[in-house]
Amino acid sequence: MTKPQGIRTENLSLWYGQFQALLDVSLEIHHGRVTGLIGPSGCGKTTLLRCFNRINERIDGVRTAGHVHILGEDIYAPGVDLVELRKRVGMVFQRPNPLPLSVRENVLFGLRIHFRRGELRKDELAHAVEASLKEVGLWEALKDKLGHRATSLSLEQQQKLCIARLLPLRPEVLLMDEPCSALDPAATQRVEQLIRELRDRYTILIVTHNMAQARRISDECIFMLLGKLIEHRRTEDLFISPKDERTANYVEGRFG
Amino acid sequence: MDDPGDNTRLVGRSPARERLHRATELVIETVIRVCGVSAVIFVFGIFYFVFREAAPLLFGGLDLGQLLTSSAWYPDSSNPRYGAFALIAGTLSVTLLAMLIAVPLGLGAAVFVSEFCTGRTKEILKIVIELLAAIPSVVWGFIGLVILNPVIIDLFDTPVGLNILNGAILLALMSVPIMVSIGEDALKAVPDAYREAAEAMGATRWQVTWRVLLPAARNGLLAAVLLGVGRAVGETMAVLMATGHSVNVPDSPLDSVRTITATIAAELGETAQGSNHYRVLFVLGSLLFLITFLVNLTADLVIRGVKKR
Ligand SMILES: Nc1ncnc2c1ncn2[C@@H]1O[C@H](COP(=O)(O)OP(=O)(O)O)[C@@H](O)[C@H]1O
Ligand SMILES: [Mg+2]
Repeated sequence: MTKPQGIRTENLSLWYGQFQALLDVSLEIHHGRVTGLIGPSGCGKTTLLRCFNRINERIDGVRTAGHVHILGEDIYAPGVDLVELRKRVGMVFQRPNPLPLSVRENVLFGLRIHFRRGELRKDELAHAVEASLKEVGLWEALKDKLGHRATSLSLEQQQKLCIARLLPLRPEVLLMDEPCSALDPAATQRVEQLIRELRDRYTILIVTHNMAQARRISDECIFMLLGKLIEHRRTEDLFISPKDERTANYVEGRFG
Repeated sequence: MDDPGDNTRLVGRSPARERLHRATELVIETVIRVCGVSAVIFVFGIFYFVFREAAPLLFGGLDLGQLLTSSAWYPDSSNPRYGAFALIAGTLSVTLLAMLIAVPLGLGAAVFVSEFCTGRTKEILKIVIELLAAIPSVVWGFIGLVILNPVIIDLFDTPVGLNILNGAILLALMSVPIMVSIGEDALKAVPDAYREAAEAMGATRWQVTWRVLLPAARNGLLAAVLLGVGRAVGETMAVLMATGHSVNVPDSPLDSVRTITATIAAELGETAQGSNHYRVLFVLGSLLFLITFLVNLTADLVIRGVKKR
């Protein structure tokens, strides 16, 4: 392997109790690109995304089969360190969910939980806050409000903060579950811009409901239907000349 | 509400039904208002009554300085002296030690029940803790007398086991249930999205609890603690039986003391109504009122201060 690997799954299946939400999903997601995940509501996009940091396991009765390799490691192998995994694989949720702490502590949360107090120098922390907020374009707006509660920010700022708080840990993969669905069009545009800027350094997998958005920001696109992966190609190809009829129907808006 | 049938029924109600509807509404509203107002009236009524009994002495010759600073409590002597400092110290020391035990225990149990238990274990634990709340305080006093007393004598090699420690342990156990149930409610009210967000960043459950849940549920947990304090300050029977009943400014948790509540309970029955002794007990009652009022007021102010930020 010369290039850093992104995410690779082999026959990934997942059950919520008796209900099978993912059926033999095998895919390969490349590092340094934005991959969009599209499909009608309930097709398993969120579920698939949540397999990649194993956060699905919070739910009772979830069972997984198959393999998921992230950056060359089998994350479902016994003995995998979830803490380390989640440090390397960051997640942005559909509803902005900043912690009920100050802006500053939200950005530093990752550092605080992954390092002991003695390992963190004050100037490093201050630098991490500034760098992360600058990266998501919040620094100018929030530099005098670092002590304010993050939950009192606007939704756009909250969502950007949720992206910013992943950055100090230098994750390799960013998982985003409809990150703009709670935002207005202008805010959506700015968050999309941000995602484009982050593209090169991360493996980004973004779920979206919105096909226009998928076309705007993704390099590759995966179409899912009823828990199955139907088609995975370069975004332009998937939208312009889909191979599968179901993909064609979906991207042309005939259902969904 | 999309159902048009619903709308026509709402609009087209007959005048008679409309009047009935209004009348019921009025009755319900009045009942609720009376309930609310009467709660306030009762509180003021009780305070008025206590204060009325205390007032003649309070404004007629009681040396307040002596009451608050002297430990000479000789209400029955031919030369009566009313120094309640030892009683106040007794109440404060027992309450303080009780809280030192109860706060970690109660909040710890609340966190455990709410965050680390599921299914049956959780149900059973909650039932047991609620049972704890149902034990009458006389029974707690009895436990203090016959169980804790010898244990404390053995463990600490003291002549008497009826002391601050004994009373504090009982009060702690008595205030734990309310702390657990209010504390658990407070933790339960923390949106799961916060837990999920923290876990997705790699936080362990302890880190989630410590760094996210406790700050997020701060107000509710504070309320839990203060309700526990209120329970402890006002408790009478158990401390009467378990703290040794000796008027004494303590200098160790193994000293016997007497609390304000125990003094009132023990002496009120023996005083002649209207006597100075009788009245000074009501002065103590007012003092107790004042203490709990201040505790609640502080709680309120703290919570409000927290909210504003
Ligand atoms: N916690 C859960 N328990 C049971 N079924 C679930 C749960 N979460 C999702 N599902 C089901 O799994 C399927 C996929 O859901 P999801 O991944 O949320 O879809 P999407 O994100 O594509 O809208 C849906 O049919 C949904 O009802
Ligand atoms: Mg979804």
